[in-house]
Amino acid sequence: MSEKVLMKGNEAIAEAAIAAGCRHFFGYPITPQTEVAAYMSKRMPKVDGVYLQAESEVASINMVLGAAAAGVRVMTSTSSPGVSLMSEGISYIAGSDVPALIINVQRGGPGLGGIQPSQADYYQATKSTGHGDFHMMVLAPSTVQETVDLVAKAFDLGDKYRMPVMILSDGMLGQMMEPVQLPEPREPDNDSKEWAACGHQNKRKHNVVNSLYIDPATLEGLVKDRFERYATIQKEEQMAEEYLVDDADIVIVAYGASARVSRSAVDMARKNGIKAGLIRPITLWPFPKDVLAKAAEHVPKFLTVEMSMGQMVDDVRLAIECSRPVEFYGRTGGVIPTPMEVYDRIVKINGGEQ
Amino acid sequence: MHPLKERVTVICGHYGTGKTNLSINLAMDCARSGESVTLVDMDIVNPYFRSADYSDVLTKEGIRVIGPNFANTNLDTPSLPGSVKTAIEDGERVIIDVGGDDAGTTALAVYSRQLQSADPDVLYVVNMYRSMTTSPDEAVAILGDIERTAHLKATGVVNNSHLKQLTTAETVDASLEFADSVCGATGLPLRFTTVPRGISPSRKVENLYPIDVYVRAPWE
Repeated sequence: MSEKVLMKGNEAIAEAAIAAGCRHFFGYPITPQTEVAAYMSKRMPKVDGVYLQAESEVASINMVLGAAAAGVRVMTSTSSPGVSLMSEGISYIAGSDVPALIINVQRGGPGLGGIQPSQADYYQATKSTGHGDFHMMVLAPSTVQETVDLVAKAFDLGDKYRMPVMILSDGMLGQMMEPVQLPEPREPDNDSKEWAACGHQNKRKHNVVNSLYIDPATLEGLVKDRFERYATIQKEEQMAEEYLVDDADIVIVAYGASARVSRSAVDMARKNGIKAGLIRPITLWPFPKDVLAKAAEHVPKFLTVEMSMGQMVDDVRLAIECSRPVEFYGRTGGVIPTPMEVYDRIVKINGGEQ
Repeated sequence: MHPLKERVTVICGHYGTGKTNLSINLAMDCARSGESVTLVDMDIVNPYFRSADYSDVLTKEGIRVIGPNFANTNLDTPSLPGSVKTAIEDGERVIIDVGGDDAGTTALAVYSRQLQSADPDVLYVVNMYRSMTTSPDEAVAILGDIERTAHLKATGVVNNSHLKQLTTAETVDASLEFADSVCGATGLPLRFTTVPRGISPSRKVENLYPIDVYVRAPWE
């Protein structure tokens, strides 16, 4: 393990990807994620890798598809409007059963929106990234160190299940600096993917990577196979962090930067005698239903806190089967809620003045 | 007490070495010793964690803050107001918080003529815990890029080595040799070493400058 260094979240994403053996990056600059591309443009040539600034996000994601089909570890990085442009390509990646890492450092929307932090792409990431029956795994770090750790995990999960994986970050986590410890670098592994279209050299049959199937029954069969894999993922890959949940009278559900804000609010509440807790989803798809369902057995009230108009609320309600009230507090458009605002909401929901 | 020598001080360095937090501290200390101070936020590269974000606390101390015209808005449009030029030419104290690396320094070059006649102190900020500048060689290479872009020569080095909330006396101790190497390789004097207020390095450090932490995440 190396010594601790100070890194911006965006730089940490890039360095962690290189440490995980990624040598192929295709992207297009957009605030607030540009440091990922800028860092890659400096580092990739030094590790014999490819950094390519494409002419658009549409081109970037199709280059990612091509590299993924050849069996190499590949990624792209963008911010909210860029993901909208990439949505077709992500669907193709899912339909081709190839792994790829997509980074979304979210900013305010809709439209061109703004350049300040946001979590308003939750629906897009977890439910409607592109057309067709498919899912993408979505990981949501809340510190720069966790960003580093999840980048390697995201690549490994993508390889294991042959599917696209997204790291859902936001402008605050991307731009802020924290001390991090980088993992020991891994060498790229370009040879272990038996399905990869990387030249058969007359030693095996052709590998075909494709998402077009003219025969409906064939396509239906493939989609059903894929959904069996998704069921395994939903069972085995849920991740969440619990903080002071065991005796809690109210539990906040928040991820990413708003989980940092919420944790401060929970600490304020505890100091003032309110038994507040926090459940922080780390995987947004699969959603950590099991932890929430278990908490709902004894927690009377839930509050989701998001930098959006409340896109995660329904997932919380479904996870606990509407057995408890789920309130919402959020700011949007690039505004970050303060710990005080969240604390005030906790007090209100918990039954008034302290 | 502040450690500044000249009327005009330029604070430059690699991205994320702590230039903005240092600039705010310097401006605060100048204002508290009764001076009229202008803090120029000249970072046209990075829209987050910039001096202009702290206008409220700065103006409360009587500090004049000049930032890019569209700082703290949703516009990603780099443009600076005319008042930057007059602030450099006028007779009062000016601290210029420059953007990171040579890219961030590009805006400074616009004012190179005014700056050359103002004979400024150009302080190069180093932090040995900042990735990409953890070796003296890397830190020295970036200074060359900055000087070429700015059309200015650095006049001193500031050792601002820290690990944010994990900074201890040992963190500062371990950085002293690094700062000496940077000074040795550049021929520049070490003007001062910063230390978070309340922390004392275990051995004697010349020109220690205690600083407060202003630049924080919203939940810190």
